[in-house]
Amino acid sequence: MSRIAARIAALRKEGRGAFIPFLEAFDPDRETSQAILDGMPAAGADLIEIGMPFSDPMADGPIIQEAGQRALKAGATLSGTLAMVHAFRAHDRETPVILMGYLNPILAYGPARFCTDAQEAGVDGLIIVDLPPEEADLLAADAARAGLDIIRLVAPTTDAARLPRVLAGAGGFVYYVSITGITGTRSAAISDLARAIPPIRAATDLPIAIGFGIKTPAQAAEAVRIADAAVVASALIETLAASLREGCAGPETAARVLAQVRAIADAIRAVPR
Amino acid sequence: MTNFANSLRAGPDERGRFGAFGGRFVAETLMPLILEVEAAYRAAKDDPGFQRELDRYLRDYVGRPSPLWPAERLSAALGGAKIYLKREDLNHTGAHKINSCMGQILLARRMGKTRIIAETGAGQHGVATATVCALFGLPCTIYMGAVDVERQKPNVFRMRLLGAEVRPVTSGAATLKDAMNEALRDWVAHVDDTYYLIGTVAGPHPYPMMVRDFQSVIGVETRAQILDAEGRLPDAAIACVGGGSNAMGLFHSFLDDETVRLIGVEAAGRGLDTHEHAASLERGRPGVLHGNLTYLLQTDDGQIEEAHSISAGLDYPGIGPEHAFLFENGRVQYVGVTDDEALAAFLLCTRTEGIIPALETAHALAHLTKLAPEIGPGGVIVVNLSGRGDKDIFTVARHLNAADLEESP
Ligand SMILES: Cc1ncc(COP(=O)(O)O)c(C=O)c1O
Repeated sequence: MSRIAARIAALRKEGRGAFIPFLEAFDPDRETSQAILDGMPAAGADLIEIGMPFSDPMADGPIIQEAGQRALKAGATLSGTLAMVHAFRAHDRETPVILMGYLNPILAYGPARFCTDAQEAGVDGLIIVDLPPEEADLLAADAARAGLDIIRLVAPTTDAARLPRVLAGAGGFVYYVSITGITGTRSAAISDLARAIPPIRAATDLPIAIGFGIKTPAQAAEAVRIADAAVVASALIETLAASLREGCAGPETAARVLAQVRAIADAIRAVPR
Repeated sequence: MTNFANSLRAGPDERGRFGAFGGRFVAETLMPLILEVEAAYRAAKDDPGFQRELDRYLRDYVGRPSPLWPAERLSAALGGAKIYLKREDLNHTGAHKINSCMGQILLARRMGKTRIIAETGAGQHGVATATVCALFGLPCTIYMGAVDVERQKPNVFRMRLLGAEVRPVTSGAATLKDAMNEALRDWVAHVDDTYYLIGTVAGPHPYPMMVRDFQSVIGVETRAQILDAEGRLPDAAIACVGGGSNAMGLFHSFLDDETVRLIGVEAAGRGLDTHEHAASLERGRPGVLHGNLTYLLQTDDGQIEEAHSISAGLDYPGIGPEHAFLFENGRVQYVGVTDDEALAAFLLCTRTEGIIPALETAHALAHLTKLAPEIGPGGVIVVNLSGRGDKDIFTVARHLNAADLEESP
């Protein structure tokens, strides 16, 4: 069983929702982001999403855009990101790691080599924002060969007619983009989520994660009442950004981000199911 | 891969691919919209009423057909082939951009969209968009890199006069690429009421095809006009290439005419072998940006690099996917022209023909100065005079010194 499937099955048995915190690799520097990554499981992360920095993140708002810029300035590369996962795997063999990002750096690296290297580093799944089902064949075979799940995005604009097409070839879990908008801007209304998730549930056995717009422990708790997992990204990066001194990590940077991870994880764990 | 053996004009295929290039690389949120735009465009294309309406606006509002001007003094100055200028600068708003804006705004209206967004580099596309929005009473927001807002001030003012909101974009290098990112972000957040009016033959399918179709009126007219004037097709057709819309517009009618050399001129900035140019084809590699697979200026790690050109409209690290296809199969030749060469050609055209060309267009004219003597007397060359240069006079003033103005070419 894949790490993602095993973790989800275990959480289902436990009867609770999953927390998926996000960090941007190399933000604000390699060491600090490694410390955040390494500390996440103990702080309550059930799965971890790592952003692969890209110069032109068209689905991201200013918070993640700036994280990407800081990361690139700090020397982020795709192989550097894989090396971070490799280092993480030296002491954590259970927590699933998902890489999220844009297609071009992967194309430049070479899709086949990337999938092989990612699998070897200990990556479990990929979310490629600008690779819709229509273009998925660019990566599908290489990912399958390497045993990497391609996690599909479903959006509020994905209608019933299109949904089966999006879910065909989906692996790991389904990522529901809860707003029509970029990251770190608005939050969805609970009523909208409550309406959006059941049709997806009816169309797939995969677990459903909600992302985009979840900022507070309370929102994360609401999300796992409706779906199986909550992704939190911009709120954690805002905390990181606020701790920086002249663009550099302060002594408290990793600890502050991890404390916030803990607070959100606690709220999720308190949700009865 | 698609087989275009019968005609180079048949693309794109069902997936929006020109050979390996093109496609629809957008976030899921946008995907249904892109499909909706495609369906609406196909329906419009099949509707004779739509074409009639577009033709009427192109004739009575834009001022088409644009003349094909035999540039005798310029031809004499270069001492070679006979030169014709396709006068897109005479269109309402002063460039070819309005051809596609008119088509797209009629489409947006058919789709029931009530708000328009666009990106702009030189501001020509922004002005053309703001113009058609004023004509139809639609609110519009134009994204423009902060650097471009600075270097294209007259156009910023024109857009604001026309009622558009101009939003300066400060992310990245604050030029056209970043403006396009920001427009895409706006679109994702306003999917219900907003139409994204893309200014060139780039972006996700169907834009490269649709913008080319709307711009191909340039080549259709040119073909008829040159046959009328010369009784034969030209030996060469030249156009500058930013995203590539004026070039595709001119080239498309001639793609299957093997005797017509087609030449796209990229901005070589401070030189092709410096890091300051915008020559995506000559110095880039295939990759994915802004929804399409095409040639891009990028690092070994796949990070997009900033382009450089004296001309804001060519300052883009990508290029339309159909050009990538025509580059790889060799049908179109792509060459580079530096900032300095463009400035010299700007002055030459102004002084010999009394036509102040856009700095973008000046790149095509600079290549003409090399090609006209090479093709020689008896030859015929058409240059797409994609726009007028009023917007550029302050930039040119900064670069030329008094001595340049004394000389008469
Ligand atoms: C006059 C003129 N020519 C050419 C261009 C370049 O665009 P394209 O390559 O799409 O024709 C621009 C863009 O702003 C322009 O204003």
